Amino acid sequence: MSLRLPKGGRLIDRDKRVVFSFNGKRLTGFAGDTLASALMGSGQRIMGRSFKYHRPRGVVASGVEEPNALVNLGKGKTHEPNQRATTTEIFQGLQATSQNHWPSLSWDIGEVNALIPRFLPAGFYYKTFIHPRPFWKHVFEPFIRQSAGLGKAPDPKLQDPDRYEQFYAHTDLVIAGGGIAGLQAALEAGRSGAQVILCEQSAHWGGRAPVDGVEIEGQPAEVWIKNAVDTLEKMENIHLRLRCMVAGVYDHGYVLAYERVSDHAPQDDVVRHRLWRIRSRHVIAATGALERPLSFAGNDKPGVMLASAVRDHVVNYGSAPGERVVIVTNNDDAYRTALVLAEAGLTVPCVVDARARAEGALPKAVRARGIRVLAGMGISNIKGLRGVVAAQLCRQDGAGEVIEDVICDAVAMSGGWSPVVHLWSHCGGKLLWEKENSFFRPDPDKPPTDQNGEGFVICAGAANGALHAGQTLEDALNSTRKSLQDLNMPVSDQAFLKVSVPEEEKLEPVWIMPAKAGPKKRAKMWLDFQNDVKVSDVQLAAREGYESVEHTKRYTTLGMATDQGKLSNINGLAVLAGALGAEIPQVGTTTFRPPYAPISMGAIAGEARGALFQPLRRTPIQGWHEDNGAHFEPVGYWRRPYCFPRKGESHRDAVNREILAVRNGVGLLDASTLGKIIVKGPDAGRFLDMLYTNVMSSLKPGKCRYGLMCSENGFLMDDGVVARLDEETFLVHTTTGGADRIHAHMEDWLQCEWWDWKVYTANVTEAFAQIAVVGPKARALLNKIGADIDLSKEALPFMGWAEGRIGGFDARVFRISFSGELSFEIAVPASQGRAFWDKLLEAGAEFGATPYGTEALHVMRAEKGFIMIGDETDGTVIPQDLGLDWAISKKKDDYLGKRAQERSHMADPERWKLVGLETLDGSVLPDGSYALDEGVNENGQGNTQGRVTSTYFSPTLGRGIAMGLVRHGPDRMGEVIAFNTTKPAAKGAAPKTIKARIVSPVFYDPEGEKQNV
Amino acid sequence: MLTFRCPYCGIDACETELAPGGEAHLKRFGPGSADADFEAYLFLRHNAKGVHFERWRHAMGCGKWFLAARCTATLEVFGTYPAQTPEPPQDIVAAIRAKRPDWSLS
Ligand SMILES: [Zn+2]
Repeated sequence: MSLRLPKGGRLIDRDKRVVFSFNGKRLTGFAGDTLASALMGSGQRIMGRSFKYHRPRGVVASGVEEPNALVNLGKGKTHEPNQRATTTEIFQGLQATSQNHWPSLSWDIGEVNALIPRFLPAGFYYKTFIHPRPFWKHVFEPFIRQSAGLGKAPDPKLQDPDRYEQFYAHTDLVIAGGGIAGLQAALEAGRSGAQVILCEQSAHWGGRAPVDGVEIEGQPAEVWIKNAVDTLEKMENIHLRLRCMVAGVYDHGYVLAYERVSDHAPQDDVVRHRLWRIRSRHVIAATGALERPLSFAGNDKPGVMLASAVRDHVVNYGSAPGERVVIVTNNDDAYRTALVLAEAGLTVPCVVDARARAEGALPKAVRARGIRVLAGMGISNIKGLRGVVAAQLCRQDGAGEVIEDVICDAVAMSGGWSPVVHLWSHCGGKLLWEKENSFFRPDPDKPPTDQNGEGFVICAGAANGALHAGQTLEDALNSTRKSLQDLNMPVSDQAFLKVSVPEEEKLEPVWIMPAKAGPKKRAKMWLDFQNDVKVSDVQLAAREGYESVEHTKRYTTLGMATDQGKLSNINGLAVLAGALGAEIPQVGTTTFRPPYAPISMGAIAGEARGALFQPLRRTPIQGWHEDNGAHFEPVGYWRRPYCFPRKGESHRDAVNREILAVRNGVGLLDASTLGKIIVKGPDAGRFLDMLYTNVMSSLKPGKCRYGLMCSENGFLMDDGVVARLDEETFLVHTTTGGADRIHAHMEDWLQCEWWDWKVYTANVTEAFAQIAVVGPKARALLNKIGADIDLSKEALPFMGWAEGRIGGFDARVFRISFSGELSFEIAVPASQGRAFWDKLLEAGAEFGATPYGTEALHVMRAEKGFIMIGDETDGTVIPQDLGLDWAISKKKDDYLGKRAQERSHMADPERWKLVGLETLDGSVLPDGSYALDEGVNENGQGNTQGRVTSTYFSPTLGRGIAMGLVRHGPDRMGEVIAFNTTKPAAKGAAPKTIKARIVSPVFYDPEGEKQNV
Repeated sequence: MLTFRCPYCGIDACETELAPGGEAHLKRFGPGSADADFEAYLFLRHNAKGVHFERWRHAMGCGKWFLAARCTATLEVFGTYPAQTPEPPQDIVAAIRAKRPDWSLS
């Protein structure tokens, strides 16, 4: 049974009790506890269940590498799954619940999975997907859905109430890790004057040196650590961050660090997480090392832990996983745990050492305390169902014949240590397999490189393979000096610090315990605890032909859980190498990808949510729209009024009313979002001739011309009206969404292809407010407010423009129409837009002047058969498809897209072409419906011969109208074709279709009599 | 998250300030050109693993297009230069050769 020791625990304050709950049960811990240490201290051994087999699991580690003790934290709005108990600092009122159990943590129905041994072997999901669909749907899916999944997803209807933020920083050095190596690096860099950000992921400086009994300069490590932190805090160029994990290292020295600001002490008005976005010249990864488990049968049972984690819990928190702890190891380091346990008054029945001999200083010290040391031995099996009852010992070089049962309630295991090389590897640093220590370490000749082709990450201390504390500080100092020299910064001449720790003898790699274990045992040796991947699964993958470690990972799911294989990767690939008869470096590692450990989605989003999710562009008239109940729709970064519903009016009724008001009286449209680009210079006409499919250079000042713009690929990308302001100045109107894109397109061609042409462009979209005054009474309204421009048909005909004053405002008036009505589009300086709008509304009252929105605009343009970029076009449509040949110059030698439009596929007469469509019953065709054709294609799907591109109810005509692209459409006027629908048909009956007649796309005023007045 | 020095502003611009424009030094083929030439101009790219000449625009800065020589494998940047440069400048070619003796301008 796990327990709290009567004394000890360097990080807890026994005078401060903290009350929290686990699965609704009220428990007490101490200030400074992690959730794992507090649960352990409360006698709670089972903390979660595994993903696949739902096996009961206890805590195995003491940091971010923890695979088992994952919990749901918080409730309701603050609920968050998959939080590691080992990195969760407890606070008053903390609420945690266990995951993956159904119906309860202690009795779980999924445990039955493990009783069907062949049920979920390696590649289970892949093999299952091959089964016939009904089998999958009715047998596997319900079962998997009920039992799988890590934690409970937050309720999507609830908004996270916490705040998150992002900081940007530029610095010389980021030092990742605040253990003794990181502190040594910071001291040296600090003396050199470098700007340093030192990040430690936990709440404490110093790493594991204090737990391991390291002495520095003749004093306990703790003393040196405190002095080092005091010194660093006084240096202005050193920025210390606790609870801040360097999550990833990216191209050219970009670093992300994740700071958990107030997880340990939730309170209002304090940001919860902070994401640091850092540009650093160099990164020093002083990230330490992680202990590896050993693969023996039953190594996943609650009470089996990493030896270092047992030590951490006893020394740091005064919590222990049991009273009788067997140690099993292949190295000297684990003997420290035996000494710590004995010191704490707990029983260590024996140390099981897989090596043939164990004669180093630490084993000798253990023996001296009267503890049995059994060399050449291993664990054959762990007895106990929901916890450890006994360890059955065997010879390591045998097949597992049990020699002795040792009664115990916990097992501390150590398979050696692996340097944490993640940050080195994120951006391409390569690794070396160091055979004598059995670990991968950074290859100093192949670092990740920056924009100058120079290495910019260096590992320091244990992360660099200098595991033994005696070497750690020396290595950290050397690495830091190398980094500073690369940065042309001074280095100190300080001597290496004197570190005293016992010497250690070599470890013996042990990948399977015992070495000749049979299949039954191998099926009980866990590699990946979280995803339930065993030695037998990796060996099965190898037998089934998976030779690449990346493939094996995906096939077995080894290392694919939230811990990303921090404990399992090396053991897994060693087992794979063994099964393939290959050397470990030949098998290689999987790719290390950021983040090092999971970071919150809140931190990634930062402040970019709600109203701050993206910038909002506002026209000068936006305030009026908001005050007058506009229903908005997003158009790029704009919010445009879709319609202006009156009280009790539906959107559809509002749209219909607005259309009829325009057609019969006068309407006002806020067209300010329309793109406006000035193109100016002696070569402006020549340039526009290249940009547009028709000729613009022949346009006379005072006139407007509609034009089409294509990409070099030939596809239609934008359309609009060009007005020639003077001999060398054109005003190009683009679509609302197109202004920035078209301006960039112009600049691209001007800067990169025709850079000797004398042309300037300026995007003046927001410099003007533009209001369309539209309808038969438009001229009467403008004449009423008074103009010094002659607005008569004769003086200012359709497609003309003029400049002057209207109603006292400086204005440019364009006689252009997107509705087919008499229309004046009037641009005034943006600052006067709202006043001009108000004036038009006030003066227009007697004419019934009606503001209208984008939907009325769209319906009216469809009634006139005008195309809309984004409806009739989708990046695959050329102007010829839309019957716009009249706007394509035959005379010009060249324009963007001309060559592409000569390609055989573009000139194919079988291309679908634009027509109008009228349903026989007057209904509205569904948007996006396909025109059905006879026969089926090679996939057995029905053939099609066209599709709907725009479809509306036309209040003007009192029926549904549509535009679409149909094969040979313009030659098939009057023909009736069928369109598909999503309406449900009676069982067994053919799917419902709608019949429509092919007609001209111009439904309203085909002669243009209304606009030419 | 790459950084490039904008040859106009002289500042080291982060990728978030820049807009990519694909391979540099393409020769435009217009009306009258052979199908193969037009296809190559429009669609065929070196897709090099190694030194790559590419277009970037300082879109959130000065708005200028510039060209860069960058190794797509190591992310080393050998230099940036104005877009109005018909072929890679000598100093950049020399910088690449100094680091990659086997490299040749193709
Ligand atoms: Zn610039």
